[in-house]
This record gives sequence, C-alpha cells and structure tokens, in this order.
Amino acid sequence: MAETRQVKATLSLKSRVAIAVTSVLVLGGVVVLIAALAYGRQAAREAYDRLLLGAAADIAGTILVHDGVAVVDMPVSAFELLSLAPDDRIRYRVVGPDGKTLTGDEAVPLPPEKDGEGSTFYDGTFGTEPARYVAFTRRFAERSFSGPVKVIVGHTLLARRELARDIAQNALLVLGIAGAAMAVFAWLVVSRALRPLQRIGAALAAREPTDLTPLSLSAPQEVAGMLASLNGFMTRLQRQSVATGNLIGDAAHQLRTPVAAIRAQAQLAASETDPVKRNRIVNRVQERAAGLGHLLDQLLSRAMIIHRADSEPAAQLDLRDVAVETLEACDDLLVQAGLEVELQLADRVVPVRGDALSLTEAGKNLLINALRHGRAPIRLGVSDGPTVRLWVSDGGGGPPAGSAATLSTRFAGAGRSGGSGIGLAIAREVAEGHGGRIRMNHDGARFTVALELPRMSG
Amino acid sequence: MRRLAALALASLPLSAPAAELTASFGPEDAARQATVRSTTDIAALGPVIEAYLDTRPNTRILYEQWGSNDLYTLSAADCVAGQAGADLIISSALHHLVDLVNQGCAESYASNATRALPAQLVWRNQLWGVTREPAVMVYNRELLAPEDIPRSRFDLLDLLRPSGSRFAGRVATYDIEDSGLGFLLAFSDSLEATTFGGLMEAFGRSGAVATCCSAEIIDAVTAGRFMVAYNVLGSYALQRAREEERLGVVAPKDYTLVLARAAMIPHGAGSASVAGDLIDYLLSPAGRDELEAQDLIVRLGEEDGAPIEVSGAVETIERRIPLDPTLLVATDDDKREIFVHRWRDAFPQVE
Repeated sequence: MAETRQVKATLSLKSRVAIAVTSVLVLGGVVVLIAALAYGRQAAREAYDRLLLGAAADIAGTILVHDGVAVVDMPVSAFELLSLAPDDRIRYRVVGPDGKTLTGDEAVPLPPEKDGEGSTFYDGTFGTEPARYVAFTRRFAERSFSGPVKVIVGHTLLARRELARDIAQNALLVLGIAGAAMAVFAWLVVSRALRPLQRIGAALAAREPTDLTPLSLSAPQEVAGMLASLNGFMTRLQRQSVATGNLIGDAAHQLRTPVAAIRAQAQLAASETDPVKRNRIVNRVQERAAGLGHLLDQLLSRAMIIHRADSEPAAQLDLRDVAVETLEACDDLLVQAGLEVELQLADRVVPVRGDALSLTEAGKNLLINALRHGRAPIRLGVSDGPTVRLWVSDGGGGPPAGSAATLSTRFAGAGRSGGSGIGLAIAREVAEGHGGRIRMNHDGARFTVALELPRMSG
Repeated sequence: MRRLAALALASLPLSAPAAELTASFGPEDAARQATVRSTTDIAALGPVIEAYLDTRPNTRILYEQWGSNDLYTLSAADCVAGQAGADLIISSALHHLVDLVNQGCAESYASNATRALPAQLVWRNQLWGVTREPAVMVYNRELLAPEDIPRSRFDLLDLLRPSGSRFAGRVATYDIEDSGLGFLLAFSDSLEATTFGGLMEAFGRSGAVATCCSAEIIDAVTAGRFMVAYNVLGSYALQRAREEERLGVVAPKDYTLVLARAAMIPHGAGSASVAGDLIDYLLSPAGRDELEAQDLIVRLGEEDGAPIEVSGAVETIERRIPLDPTLLVATDDDKREIFVHRWRDAFPQVE
C-alpha cells in the first residue's frame, strides 16, 4: 500500500488529450470564425453590390430625353430588386451632365472619382447609418442632350450584415459539429490506445509476489518499449534476487564446514593438555581462520560484483588500464609468493564499456587462481580484436577436467584447498554482466583463461 | 433629407399647414398624453380611441385630423428639424409614410402584436398596417339599372365607350394632386394592370370629373350628380351606404385594391410608449372589433346582402398594397410629374 501511495498520479492522459483537442478546436474555431466573418462579409458585399448595380442599371435604362430634357421614369422593378434587402433604407439620385440633380435625394454623396466610367461602388452614410452606394454612368449623345448621366443608388447595410452573420454562423455550426465529432473520436481512440496499459497493469497486479518472469503480452509499438524496459527491469530484479539467494546459499554452504572445523579444533585445543599438541592445534586453527578470511573476502567481492553489475553505470575504459590495475592489486601476493608476472599489453587503446572495479576484481581472481594453482611463468595480457580479451596464462595444465566442465556451477572447485571455483565464478559473473564470457584453453604447454568482452565500436 | 426639406419649404409660404379638425379624448389632467395626427376622420377613429381610453383612465389623446399631403409636408419638416410634433401618425397615403420611414424619420417599436402582422403589413418595425379598406366603386341605385351596374373596370369602360353615353361627365374619382390617397390608388392601379391606361383614356374622352375628398364624392353620387365614383375608399362608402338606400357599393371583380392605413411613431416622439400601446390596441382583438364596427376593417363577403357587392372569389380579386420600398417610386419627383402629366391629359384642371 505504501508503495502505491508514492506513485503520484498526474493529469490523466485522457484529460491531456481533451485539453489538446479543445485547444486545437478553440484555436481553429477562432481562425475559422475570423475567416468565415471575412468571407461572409465579402460574399454579402458582392451579392448586394450586384443588387445595387442591377437597380442602378434598371433606373438608367428608363431615362428618356424629351425636348432636350432628361426625365427618369423611375421603374418599380428597380425598387422591387432593392426590396430584396427588405429592411434596408434606400436612397437614389440621378445627376445630369451639368451636375444638377434630375431626381432623387440631393444629399446622396457623389462617387469619390469624378469621371468613373461604367460603375463605381463606394461607402458612405445615410443619415447616421453607414451605407453602400453605386454610381452607374449612362452616356447620352442626342442632338439636344449629351453627356454622362450618373445614377446613384445606395442602401443601408442591415441585409449585408445579416447575410455575413448567417454565413459565419453556419460555418461555426459546421465547425462545432466537426469539433464534437473529433472530440468523440479522440476520446474513443485514446481509450483504445490506453487499453494495453490497463492490461499490463492488470497482468502485474494478478501476479504472485515472487513471480519475476517477463510479461509476454502483445502491445503497440510505443507501449512495447515500456514493456521491454519493464521486462528488463524485472530480469535484473530476478537476477539480483537469484544472486542474493545464491550468495546466501553459498555463504552458508561454504562457511559451515570451515567454521565447524575451526570449532572442533578449538574444542580439541581446549581439552588438550599437551602444550606441543595444543600449539599444533592452534596453528591449524589459525590456518583455517586465514582460509576462512580469504573465503569471506571472495564471497563479499562476489556480492559486490553482483551488486555493481546492476547498479553501476558502465563507463568507457581502456582494458590495458584494467590489466595494470589487476597486477598492482596482486602486488603483495606476488611478493609473498616470490613470483614474477609477465605483462603483455596491446599497443593501442583497447576500448571497452564496463565497470572498472568489477573488471579488475575479475582479473584479480584469474591472476590469483594462476598464482595459487598454476606454474610459472605466469603471464597477464590484453589483446585487441573483434572481441577484446583480458587473459592470464601459466605453464600448468589447468584445473582438472571434471572441474573445468563444471565451471558453470557455483560450487565448482569449492574444496578444502580454498575456492579457485569461487574466483572463476566471480570472473564469469563479471564477464556475463558485461556481455562477454570466460574462455579456457590449453594448448599442450600452457593453460590460458581469458575474459572475452565485446569491443566497443567507434 | 434635403429633398424633404425643400418639399417642406416649398409649401410653407403658400399656406402654413393646419389641422382640419382637432379633438381631445380623456381627462385633461391625465398623467399620460399623446398626440395622434391622422388623415382619418375624427368621426371614424374617435370611437375607437374612446374605446381604447375606457381601460386607460389616466391617458389623454389629442387627435388632429389632417389632409394627407399637408400631413406629409408637416411630418417631413418636423423630421428635418429633429423634433416630433406628434407621437403617432396614421395615414392612408402609405407612400408618404414609407418615404418618411425610409428617410429615418421613424422610431422602432416591436411587440407580440406587431410581430404577428403578416410581412406585407409591416416594414422595418417602424411602419404597421392597422386597417383593411378596399378601394371600391359606388353608384347611384336610382340612376343605374341592375344590368348597368359596373362589376369590374371592364364594365365601366364599356359604359363609357359609346359616344354620347349617358355616363359622360357623370363619373368621378379622386383628384390625385389634391389627395395623397387618390394618387396612391391611381398609382397602384397603374402597376396592377394595363386596364388603367384604357380607363384614363375613357375618363378623359367622356369628361369624367376628378375632385377632392371621399365625403364630397359620395354625397354627389347620392344626390345623383355623379352616377358612378371610381376608387372610393370602402370604409367611407360603406358607412354612407348603411344610411343611404340610394348608394350601391361594388368591389371590382377584375381586382380590388386593399389598403391598410399605416401607422408610424415619429423619431423622437415624446410619448412613444403611449403610441406603441395604442398600436398594440389597434392590432388587438378588441381593437380589431372596434375598427370593424367603424368600417375601418372591411371584409369582402360573397354572401347575398353583403354591404359590398362582390362577384367572384374574394381571395382572387383582393390585391393588397404592400408596405415596402416599392412605394418610394410613388414619391419620386420625375415619376410623379410624368404620372400627373398623363393624368392631367385625361382630367383637365377645372377651376
């Protein structure tokens, strides 16, 4: 329970999608509204401008010249046309060539340009209201009457505004419906897309507490990545758990015998009255204790390596540095044994990705095994290639055949002589932790054990 | 606007327009008061206003009766001056009111009653048709044999056609220059059918008389000076025909113009709310009943014994004069000049 409480639930994905879709729709709505208003105004202007022009042309067609005087026989049809904008107030004026008003309202504004051929549209006012006007010019060339007669027709803008508003409203209505449909689809899609997550959650919740095997579920690409990571995480957890279990088992198994032996010897020493015999027993207890210390060292170093394998970030290393480090770590042992180790390093950098401490520990265990069980001359080397190798060779025959075959088990070589098997097991675990392996080889004269690792590219 | 001003100025020096008659209804100390200017006779609309005030004890209505042209001139001048001399204007010269509304001289008003009006009877929420009056022909029953009664304009043409017809000089109609209503009816006739051209020609040839005013024309028909009067407003004719046996009324069966007296509230009217209330009353069922009682709402009936003789289906003969901008043509100077010119050819001015 405590763990689940630590998971802080942030805004749900559905809400996020809802917010995203809403903002897209609102933003789109604003853009469409502006566009629709502009379009509506344009469309309304064109439609009603044509109406004005039609009425003006109609009026112009009824101008008659009679005895040198132009008379307008105002046609009802022109006003029927203008009545298509039912609530708009209408204004007209017919201006003769001399600028005199033939008929109509003298207050009607003239077009901005004086000699507009054909027709000119312009904005003006009608009383306090804005209005739109057209000036239509008809030219006369009679003997008694010649020159342009301008017919100006205008009206207020109510119908134009209403049409523009209608167009914009319809556009918004369509947008609203489309938006609602999009929102519903988005909701469905998101609900569907999130179903694998729910499935994974349900699968995890239904598991036994000890079950750390990978989940085998099909999932969409995006979720599959997460699932793979989750499985990787569980694999590591599983490995750690198994390793920890092994460590405890090993420790119990390996420590029980020497500790029991020491206890028996100590009891023996306690009941021994002969000082010579007792001294011998005490010496033996001391030897055993030293062996036990070494064993403990190895067990702890293995525990450390297992821990580091999963917790330490891998760094870029030069494997030659690891070899030199290994040699230095075993310096006191070499001095103690009075042995020389021949170092054979590659000329160039041998790049590898890994944990320096773990690799050094592996190398140390290989070298110590050679020092303990091998024969001189002992060599430590690093070689480059498609796989890089940190190797130790000696003049001996290697471990007995049975032992080499059972190298993979963790009790291999665990014996009274004190655990060359644990050293190898450590090396193996490091190798596997770095994606490599341990390879042993006997060419008749020399036994070589090598830590093979993938070479770092680039 | 300037045209209106010019019109107003042109007629002012001749004779300062004055109301033909005035009357006031309601208590003098009423809290609410409104002035109504109308072309309708006080006798006709007065009872309706009294009925209106029955339920509104705190309202006073000043009623001014005007000639249609004078009312137009005065209202236009008021509009130019930016003042409102009246709170409600009711006129049968619809084209005058359409022009005033078009010039922006009207106040908007909307209520459930005005919204319920058909589109033909309302314009811009500023002009409302409140009555229903057919333009009819009246005749003298003593002078016309039943088979001579003109049922349509064609019948009238046939009566006038023979040279030496006994109808020569004894047919009358409104003078379109004197009466805004006469002009409107004649103008509407000219839009409706080509018959009108023939009719004018026949009127001219037979020496028909154009004169002023419903009452005079109807009196003359009753007295027998005229045998037939053409384009008389049905409301006046009907009222007289109820009292006068000799008077017959016919709705022409080729088509009958139906006019709705229009009401508008002048811009800046001080008692626009009273005016709006009065309009609502005129459009209400109670108001309709009162108007019908005064023959200001006339329904043409096909049944026998109906006060107005109708032959043919009512729906197909009625032609409403719509309240819309097409009536602006009737106020155009050139158009009016051309129309009056043609008219004068038929009816030489008689002094």
